[in-house]
Amino acid sequence: MRYIEPHGHMVSRTTDDYIDMATAGCQAVCEPAFWAGFDRSSPQGFYDYFCQLTEHEPKRAAKFGLVHFTWLCINPKESEDVKLAQDVIAIIPKFLARPNVLGIGEIGLNKNSRNELKVLELHVDLAARTDQMILVHTPHLEDKLKGTRLIVDVIKNDKRIRPERVIIDHVEEHTIEVPLDAGFWAGMTLYPESKCTAARAIDMIEIYGGERLWMNSACDWGVSVPLAVPYAALEMKRRGHAPEVIDRMVYQNPVRFLSQNPRFKLPKA
Amino acid sequence: MTRQQLLDLYFMEARAKLIDLAAFLDRVERGTGPEDFRMAAFRTALTEISKEQPQKARSVLLSLSDPTTEPIPAATTKAACGAWPGK
Repeated sequence: MRYIEPHGHMVSRTTDDYIDMATAGCQAVCEPAFWAGFDRSSPQGFYDYFCQLTEHEPKRAAKFGLVHFTWLCINPKESEDVKLAQDVIAIIPKFLARPNVLGIGEIGLNKNSRNELKVLELHVDLAARTDQMILVHTPHLEDKLKGTRLIVDVIKNDKRIRPERVIIDHVEEHTIEVPLDAGFWAGMTLYPESKCTAARAIDMIEIYGGERLWMNSACDWGVSVPLAVPYAALEMKRRGHAPEVIDRMVYQNPVRFLSQNPRFKLPKA
Repeated sequence: MTRQQLLDLYFMEARAKLIDLAAFLDRVERGTGPEDFRMAAFRTALTEISKEQPQKARSVLLSLSDPTTEPIPAATTKAACGAWPGK
């Protein structure tokens, strides 16, 4: 089996996880910038994090035969401080030409506040000005529905952004139609306790067709499973899906979306 | 897949989750002190499961969601709790 991990926070994972992923057939891992579990105190902290994502982590992944890509931003959880966010957004362009950078992400909302919305608009403007693709984080639990609608409205209203170059991640049954109906891609995150299980993700694939869908583990420092995508592929097999359908969901779809950025290249087999 | 095949694949897992759910309700009821808004939201969400309608997962998620449309003035916490306290 081959698969892409389109959303994994590998700086929080061990080398054992890289070994397991490579052994399971992972061909590439894509790492959006995210919240470290604590608030960084200065733009310099983000500068160092962006260096880690664009210099150190690709080398660490390469030791296990994995290609590493990244997305850059200040995460919505740190967006309440607009001045800090503005300062961080100002340093992102310095990194956009680096060879493993795929775009701006994971931007979005967390608690759906006015400042978070303002910082989302700044990120979308940056993506539009620099012709970057966008990866979006949608809020958790009770905040997801409202946040997803607010996010999609912001991005739809910026006519410089092409919806097919945007993925709205962490969708569930009550939000999946919002991005798909607007022409965006949608990501389903496979978590043990929140977001969705493999069985539910496969339900959504069966209902919505899987044309603009991917699955990811979003593995990070919290309760998460780095092998969630290959486990979901196994669940698809148990559900009677053909090998080519499984391959489309766990490999071809991520490749199709991510290849819109010419930097996304996989090593020849 | 046929209903029979789906039952063969998922019944035991769903049965275990159903019993876990019942045990959780028993546990909360044995506890002392008042409940908070989460338990009321949970009980409302439970009624969605037994309705004769499709898309039950979607209905449960909607019943636990913030239905408002305007941004809040400021984020005072980073965490979500799983149910909207406004109901």
